[in-house]
Amino acid sequence: MESIKSQQVTFKVFRFNEETDYLPYYNTYILDVTHEEVVLDILNRIKWDHDGSLSYRRSCRHGICGVCSIKANGKAILACKTRLFDLIETFGSEITLEPLSTKRAIKDLIIDKKDFWDKHAQVNPYLVSDIEETPASEHLVSPHDAEKLLEADYCIQCGACHYSCPALEINDEYIGPAAFAAAYRFSADVRDEASLDRLHVVNAEAQGVWDCVKCMECAEVCPKEVNPIEKITKLHNMVFEAGIAKNNVATRHAVGFAHSIAKHGLLDEGELVRYSEGNIGVLKHVPVAIKMFAKGKIVLPWNMPKADKLDEIKKLVKSSSTVKF
Amino acid sequence: MEKLKYALFTGCTAKESTPEQMMSTLAVAKKLGIELVELTEASCCGASHLQDYDDFLSLVLNARNIAYAEKHGLTMVTICNTCQLNTAMTKHRLDHNAELKAKVNAKLSEVGLEYKGTSQITHFLYAIIDDFGLDKLKEMIVKPLSQFNIAPFYGCHNIRPSELQNETHKNPESAYRPTSLDDLIVACGGASVDYEEKNKCCGFHAELQAPRTAAILTGNAVAGAMDANADWMVTPCPLCHLKLDTQTHHASVAIGREVSLPVLHMQQMVGLALGCTPDELGLKHHVTKVNFI
Ligand code: SF4
Ligand code: SF4
Ligand code: SF4
Ligand code: SF4
Ligand code: FES
Repeated sequence: MESIKSQQVTFKVFRFNEETDYLPYYNTYILDVTHEEVVLDILNRIKWDHDGSLSYRRSCRHGICGVCSIKANGKAILACKTRLFDLIETFGSEITLEPLSTKRAIKDLIIDKKDFWDKHAQVNPYLVSDIEETPASEHLVSPHDAEKLLEADYCIQCGACHYSCPALEINDEYIGPAAFAAAYRFSADVRDEASLDRLHVVNAEAQGVWDCVKCMECAEVCPKEVNPIEKITKLHNMVFEAGIAKNNVATRHAVGFAHSIAKHGLLDEGELVRYSEGNIGVLKHVPVAIKMFAKGKIVLPWNMPKADKLDEIKKLVKSSSTVKF
Repeated sequence: MEKLKYALFTGCTAKESTPEQMMSTLAVAKKLGIELVELTEASCCGASHLQDYDDFLSLVLNARNIAYAEKHGLTMVTICNTCQLNTAMTKHRLDHNAELKAKVNAKLSEVGLEYKGTSQITHFLYAIIDDFGLDKLKEMIVKPLSQFNIAPFYGCHNIRPSELQNETHKNPESAYRPTSLDDLIVACGGASVDYEEKNKCCGFHAELQAPRTAAILTGNAVAGAMDANADWMVTPCPLCHLKLDTQTHHASVAIGREVSLPVLHMQQMVGLALGCTPDELGLKHHVTKVNFI
């Protein structure tokens, strides 16, 4: 029999009890871990062998219920799916285990996920459809239409992306990657009849898709490969396609690229800011622009460089454009 | 070793608001004996925004840029994280979807071009690390940066999503504990500073739409580097550079604390260590003064 590889690891575990503690603290446990153990095994061992008061959520142990998500050295993981040796490979033999959001901790690794569910509720994450009680035939969804939903349908609401999203961390109103993925899931369903309502929700300022900083963390962190940022891009597209994109700084910023490329092949940075912000809004950028100009960082309109073979680019912009604003 | 040769996709920023990035790229390539053939026909990649408006148009334009690199039979090298992500993402999507590729090629054929999928795409940072080699770079260092604590700022679009990014790297880079830029700092003789924000977002892409979010992210990044005793920061992304170099006033207001550090482009850092002059590297084009030279 092959010998089981083991290694000593120091675990620093976040401890906090909302009812008795003002401040959180960390307990340290030094354990021998083996190749096949997952983080949940470690939590169980700490609870069963060292400190029965350690609290964390667990249920399926199969990466499907989504309750065991926590952070290991800042990376959101499913405790039941993450092998110790993968963590050690990335972070070395000191592993800090914390709740998904330390500011939402109730007891140790358990958080209050209310904000997560509230954000979900905001996008009506269910199929809205008037179905006849006795339909003459089945409502069939073609494989092609079903395929569009697959990835988005894999979401197990673990919250890993939600509690790793920097836009959400700063802006409480932001709906966030998981709920956006759900909004896409149902709005892209051919049977759904509430798509437009949902698109209005995701199109609103501050809470909507426009506040995404495009850090790609939600795609990186998701244990189910839902790729929320890709769904967010699709929601952007759907907003334009549905003709409900408002004429504001966010939409003009996206559209401005097409204008600029059609004209120069390249992005005219100054013009993009002016077009996006409008003639008045742009004024707030003047102080920085003056400093940049003094350092040779602003290209004046008459010096704007152009791509070679601009005629090709113009032709392609004309023939390949699929939306109008 | 055979001479390294790449097709250079400069992106727009290098031609406009970060001229120093273009200067330092060329200066470093010359010192290292790397030949760069500039893709002067290339268009803007759409900077992760055009695709929100018109995904197909963004694919066509990026495929056209790659097609020009393919014509040269060269690997495309990018010098902007966002250019890297958009271009590599386009390649990935077209290489894995024959139907989409055919649709895009139908458009490209109107201008006599074809996307084949024959060129690799890599960021200059990884070209130096993977192809040129840090050992060889170390031998060429004439002015080691040994007096400096340098904070690496990776920028999102060079490390995430790692599955895509790692398709072209020799050694996989973890998005949660990246090491390439740290290794480059050390190869240049500097001490790399560890801080929480080094793999976080600077907020650049939401600067106009979500100014508060963007400013706080920038503020946190610079504050993190300052608290870790960094003398200056270094980044492989001109967009991060713009944000960290020109926007610290807004960032300071947003986080309620005065933050500011000189920020160098990765190429400028390497250039300094190789003995290029500050003028060759365009250090005078920074808004936050590079006060240590
Ligand atoms: S890409 Fe957007 S939604 Fe996803 S984590 Fe980043 S800011 Fe949040
Ligand atoms: S999208 Fe992924 S990370 Fe986000 S909640 Fe769903 S399963 Fe978890
Ligand atoms: S990402 Fe920026 S620099 Fe790169 S091509 Fe696009 S607009 Fe230009
Ligand atoms: S760090 Fe900044 S510039 Fe770089 S990719 Fe993220 S948002 Fe873009
Ligand atoms: S316990 Fe159910 S996903 Fe981990």
